[in-house]
Amino acid sequence: MADIVLDHVTKTYADGYTAVKDLNLEIADGEFMILVGPSGCGKSTALNMIAGLEDITSGELRIGGEVVNKKAPRDRDIAMVFQSYALYPHMTVRDNIAFALKLAKRPQAEIDAKVNEAAEILDLQNHLDRKPANLSGGQRQRVAMGRAIVRNPKAFLMDEPLSNLDAKLRVQMRAEVGRIQHRLNTTTVYVTHDQTEAMTLGDRVAIMLHGELQQVASPMELYNHPRNLFVAGFIGSPGMNFLPATLENGVAKLPMVDIKLPQEMAERVGRVDPNKPLIVGVRPEDFEDAQYVGPEQRPRGTTFNTSFDLVEAMGAEYYVHFTVKSGGVESSQVEDLLADQGGVSDLSEEGSSVVVARLNAESRVKVGEPTEVWIDATKLHFFDAESGTSLSAA
Amino acid sequence: MDQYTRNQKILWAIGTVVVLFYALIPVVWILSLSLKTPETIGDQRFFPSEFTFDNYSSVFSEGLGFNRAIINSIGIALITTVLALALASMAAYAITRLDFPGKTLILAGALAVSMFPAISVVGGLFNVWRVVGLYDTWPGLILPYLSFSLPLSIYTLSAFFREIPWDLEKAAQMDGATGMQAFRRVILPLAMPGVFTAGILAFIAAWNDFLFANVLTSTDAARTAPVALSFFRGASQFTDPSGAIAAGAVVVTIPILIMVLIFQRRIVSGLTSGAVKG
Repeated sequence: MADIVLDHVTKTYADGYTAVKDLNLEIADGEFMILVGPSGCGKSTALNMIAGLEDITSGELRIGGEVVNKKAPRDRDIAMVFQSYALYPHMTVRDNIAFALKLAKRPQAEIDAKVNEAAEILDLQNHLDRKPANLSGGQRQRVAMGRAIVRNPKAFLMDEPLSNLDAKLRVQMRAEVGRIQHRLNTTTVYVTHDQTEAMTLGDRVAIMLHGELQQVASPMELYNHPRNLFVAGFIGSPGMNFLPATLENGVAKLPMVDIKLPQEMAERVGRVDPNKPLIVGVRPEDFEDAQYVGPEQRPRGTTFNTSFDLVEAMGAEYYVHFTVKSGGVESSQVEDLLADQGGVSDLSEEGSSVVVARLNAESRVKVGEPTEVWIDATKLHFFDAESGTSLSAA
Repeated sequence: MDQYTRNQKILWAIGTVVVLFYALIPVVWILSLSLKTPETIGDQRFFPSEFTFDNYSSVFSEGLGFNRAIINSIGIALITTVLALALASMAAYAITRLDFPGKTLILAGALAVSMFPAISVVGGLFNVWRVVGLYDTWPGLILPYLSFSLPLSIYTLSAFFREIPWDLEKAAQMDGATGMQAFRRVILPLAMPGVFTAGILAFIAAWNDFLFANVLTSTDAARTAPVALSFFRGASQFTDPSGAIAAGAVVVTIPILIMVLIFQRRIVSGLTSGAVKG
């Protein structure tokens, strides 16, 4: 058990590429920290540096208060779960789990006891004498977990441990990982590119982009108060809608409607040059079919009329897509988000953008029918179009 | 074999028979020769009319030096194999896993050495070996054999090491293994098929060599079995040693057969399956 501190940690490769830039991160004892970001953002490099599998170019890494920059992985007393699981194929499950203890030359009785305990936690008792090749994906994943927990290390490092499982198993194992971490209360650093895993597992989430830390906060804090466009768009599914806007005298001019900002919001954003291009972010759930907005809620926002291009009934809710005429948003961070989504998210025509809204399932809206949609003005996010930083974050 | 039609099965059978025939006829012939008596050895029959084991007993009788030659052969080939494997496995591991200056040069150099025609070195070696005192000794043969089997072994083994997922070593490191422990307890067991393949190749090359053994030895001290065979004479000046040579040839194939049979079982592919996803 120990805390992990990354103090101005930078990683530059021999070819001059900087994978991690000046990373500062304090992971408290027992905390479940998620490193999340698109591929190539440096999250795995950061994890490997904590593990000791990669050298730290500059900065300091402390585990339990001790500087470990120059320590070999085996001297750091941390365990790692790999994306590929990296089970030793020539050893049985028992030997896989016991390998670290054997290397540490622990007495056989202790090894047996610990292996059995780990197997019990992970429900592997019946598979201890099988080889990894004969196990299912979920079982292999659990063996990989077992190899980590059996050592009772200072910290767990997990490198996308669930990404090789199918969707259903992933949800199941996600809960399991959370439960195990909670039970053992061991400091954990978990790397993923999946924002759902980040939101559901982490005590805190660190979002990275291009080797730089964007924001570290609790999942809800990230969701409600993203510090910049990238964080806002990365967290949440479906993602936040981005629309070009300007702000004048406390009225936000969006492509489809002008919104009078509530006093509190207007103060938070402060004075902005009316010509300055802004980007407004609206989460899908901050729209609603106007018919289903209660009278006490209604004054918090504004309504506008539109018709939907696409209606996706999910049972518990409706996702509707509608188009607004706008110049589109231009920001390097929005491009990064698009790149992460495969670069095909915006299929709208030039000069218009698609907005996704989540509506009450009762509303039974239909494609093409004119509908009055309510938008919650207190939940809007304002970003500087140029820098991408949030103007509304607390 | 349900996926094959009748015609395909017949073609397969014919092909198999032809290949087996082609490969085994000389072996059977030598076997047959070795069992013939000196009188019937020239009778031009494929199967001996009279069976005798006299040729075998004469091969092992003192005077021909064959017993000693067999010991030399086994010793030299085994030492060559063990040394080649030990050195090549470490070299191949370094080449596949580490990035160091001159890496490609080493690989290219190794390849060049293994392609060097043996006949072009042997004359020089003869002179050098006599000066440095390696002539007609075991090391005098082991060294040139190593120089040819090492590059091959390095090539074979690095191909196998490359197949092993790098994550396994990282996992071993995280589990507390030193580099040597990770190599010995995780990587090497997984590369065993490669080690055995390289080992068999090195052993066969050393065992079968005639050129070096012929030029660099002069007495029983280091003369190997193939060379000893060529020195066979008949019981008298006028007897044909063909029977004895054939018997010797059969004897010489036996260790190779045993080697291959033992190691063939170990050369199983798919040993790494289950290490990573899939």
